[in-house]
Amino acid sequence: MMHIDPREQARRAGEQLHHFHGGLRLRHNKKISCEIPVEKVPLATRYYVPLLQQAGQEAEPTVIEGQKVLKGDLLGYCRQTGGDSVHAPTSGTVTAISNHPNSHPSGRDGRCIVIRPDGLDQWMTLDPIENWERADAILLRQKIRSSGIVGLGGAVFPTAVKVDEASSKEIHTLILNGSECEPYISCDEMLMREQPDSIILGARILQRAVGATRTVIAIEDQMGAVNTALTGAVKRSGTHDIDVVKVTTIYPEGGEKQLVKVLTGLEVPSGCRPTDLGLLCQNVATATAVARAVTEGKPLIERIVTVTGSGVRKPRNLLAQIGTPVSNLVDQCGGFSPDAARLILGGPMMGYALASDANPVIKAANCILALTAEDVRPEQPEMPCIRCGECSRVCPSMLMPQELNWSIRNGLWDETSDLGLSDCIECGCCDFVCPSHIPLTEWFRFGKSETRLRDNEKRQAEAARQRFEAREARLAVLKQERKRRISEKKRAMTGKDDKQKEIADAIERVRSRQDGDS
Amino acid sequence: MSRSFETGAAPHFPSHSTVSRVMLQVIYALVPAITAHVWFFGPGLLVQIILAGGLAVGFEAVMLKIRRKPLWLFLGDFSAVVTAILFALCIPPLAPWWIALTGMFFAIVVAKHLYGGLGHNLFNPAMVGYVVVLISFPQAMTAWLPPLTIAPSGLSLLDVLMTVLSGQPPPGLTWDVITEATPLDVIRTSVASGKMISEARQLPVFGDFGGLGWEWIANWYALGGLWLLWRRIITWHIPAAMIGSVVFLGLASYLVDPGSNPSPLQHVFSGALIIGAFFIATDPVSGCASNRGRLLFGAGVGVITLVIRRWGGYPDGVAFAVLLMNMAAPLIDRYTRPRIFGQ
Ligand code: SF4
Ligand code: SF4
Repeated sequence: MMHIDPREQARRAGEQLHHFHGGLRLRHNKKISCEIPVEKVPLATRYYVPLLQQAGQEAEPTVIEGQKVLKGDLLGYCRQTGGDSVHAPTSGTVTAISNHPNSHPSGRDGRCIVIRPDGLDQWMTLDPIENWERADAILLRQKIRSSGIVGLGGAVFPTAVKVDEASSKEIHTLILNGSECEPYISCDEMLMREQPDSIILGARILQRAVGATRTVIAIEDQMGAVNTALTGAVKRSGTHDIDVVKVTTIYPEGGEKQLVKVLTGLEVPSGCRPTDLGLLCQNVATATAVARAVTEGKPLIERIVTVTGSGVRKPRNLLAQIGTPVSNLVDQCGGFSPDAARLILGGPMMGYALASDANPVIKAANCILALTAEDVRPEQPEMPCIRCGECSRVCPSMLMPQELNWSIRNGLWDETSDLGLSDCIECGCCDFVCPSHIPLTEWFRFGKSETRLRDNEKRQAEAARQRFEAREARLAVLKQERKRRISEKKRAMTGKDDKQKEIADAIERVRSRQDGDS
Repeated sequence: MSRSFETGAAPHFPSHSTVSRVMLQVIYALVPAITAHVWFFGPGLLVQIILAGGLAVGFEAVMLKIRRKPLWLFLGDFSAVVTAILFALCIPPLAPWWIALTGMFFAIVVAKHLYGGLGHNLFNPAMVGYVVVLISFPQAMTAWLPPLTIAPSGLSLLDVLMTVLSGQPPPGLTWDVITEATPLDVIRTSVASGKMISEARQLPVFGDFGGLGWEWIANWYALGGLWLLWRRIITWHIPAAMIGSVVFLGLASYLVDPGSNPSPLQHVFSGALIIGAFFIATDPVSGCASNRGRLLFGAGVGVITLVIRRWGGYPDGVAFAVLLMNMAAPLIDRYTRPRIFGQ
């Protein structure tokens, strides 16, 4: 077999489509929310902007209680990454900085900046980058950073961090992910239908920011209208380096590594990122956020949210400000149906349940899903694993979930890491097919957090050991030094005797040699 | 007013996969072969299935009670019923009741529950039960009926019931009259007595490829097996490797010495090979987990079966082969882990 350089192969992304292992063909359930155009959510009476958005670090507040803010003003800033900053969704007054239910996967409350709108919805002074086509890439990246843009596909990794990292790795191709493979979610589909020009603009800006020469936009094969809209927008923009590629809908195709496999046939090596192959993956909604930040100077304060499911009366897509209580969105969709049983942020496979509709919309909120009891997987008693192997058949990471489950439960952590726990993307496929109803994904999440804890402990222990050894070494040096000094002093005192003895010794040696010679 | 919701862990999407569905589909897949069996050999099999099934469920219930496990949850998984049916399919239709009793005791109580119950058994329970009765009651276990098409025994359901329950042949008849050696037995004895296989094959118990009647039942097993493949209850690896290795080795030995080795097709279509390939060796609990492991497992069962048929002390070796490979399965699993994505 001829060996092709992976980076070269990656350059041809999208020319030929490939398969990835496992995955599921799920009922889409998307149509119900795609029928009416996206509508803006009217001003709420209160906004709760969490300082901790889903994944990253908690931001430090940059405002104080009672302060007046304008729409787009910085509310919190994260010193560590600089990428997780949050901005005011509207103009008004900061009434509190306090704990409030946060829509975080942990389910715990988090510090939120509470804003009472003044009703004017007045923007701060906007500072767009004029003429971005000629702007320096560094300037573009700074803008992305200061605008609080994160991956809007659900993973909410700070885009600035990703883009900065990418810019040091010779990116040749930008991949825009529009393959929303999880059932029910349609926000990206609606976005691509309604704002294709903004996506293309964002793609061109991102290309420039990282130095890529090409963009591939991946959409699902059943999104007919999207294809027309996007290809039209590409034409209008006059660029020739953007391709729209249709991929078959198999969950979890939208996963970064799965999409790269489909488009290039390459597996991103375990522990690496697509950037190592010269590919930068971004969600289509992220691209529009970038376009708005750069060309209009507007930070990320709103997103399209799919509000859907059998527990909502009139499912649809809404444009919502970050910090809006979920209940406002649901009200706009005709409210909950009386038998709504579960409220989920995200999709039915990877989303997490919210305990209340008072929780705010966060940057990761691609979907608010309300389901009636019959559409929710019932709590079923767990049976022992019958080793049917279904879980490994569907696992996109080609793991053996049954073995992983066993090793985590028995606390065999070395074994667990050998079995590739860190490569699990928590897609839930294994869990979904398991006839014994073993909560595999939950165990894997537990295993991961446990591993993290243990690694931390190990690191701390290692650091402590190093500190201890350094101290020992320092003490040893000191001790030696003291010894040397003492003996020096002694020698200084008894110096004369020593010298005479040395001379006598020398004479003795010479003599004995002469004796030996003769 | 805000509204509160119960929370639960992802995935939330309902799925309909349950252990009982898996087991039920295995049972459905066996229906054609059971029907063919009754067609060729009379109602004895049904009596055995009911007997063994009842005993299996009874033993299962007692063991669940003793082990303080939720009774209805585990009884409802139908795994004991599958074990019972597979066992019943392997024993002679007129076998006396204590055969089923002993077999089910060893299958359910010993092989399954003493090893930790569903999902934990090292050995295939049905095969443990079968091998125990094969060794303990060699006489009764060879009392096979000839196919009705060549020797209409005229045994009514009542006769069958009486025979099974009393362990005595129906009044006026002797075992010798109503039973006949199986095709594999015939081959063994004829090869042992120096006859050519082609001579032996002239006997009426043989059909086109394997034993008369048997080959048809094998076809129906295969059909059920293909259905299981299509339903994704099993994967192709074990059946393909097992049948493939038997055909390959069988062909080689047949070509070398056609006089004392049956043709590969005869190997495939007689005895428990097809039911073994699709229904017994594919038992997930006691088999291998990865696809490569399953190929090895299946090939191992095939090879050992042939070796036993040729040189062992029993005419058919599928059961022993499966049990031997069950022991090797954990080891095979260790060395056939699939490559992880990106590694
Ligand atoms: S799907 Fe469930 S029962 Fe089947 S092997 Fe995996 S963990 Fe075990
Ligand atoms: S949750 Fe993890 S182990 Fe399960 S299928 Fe997805 S990647 Fe594989």
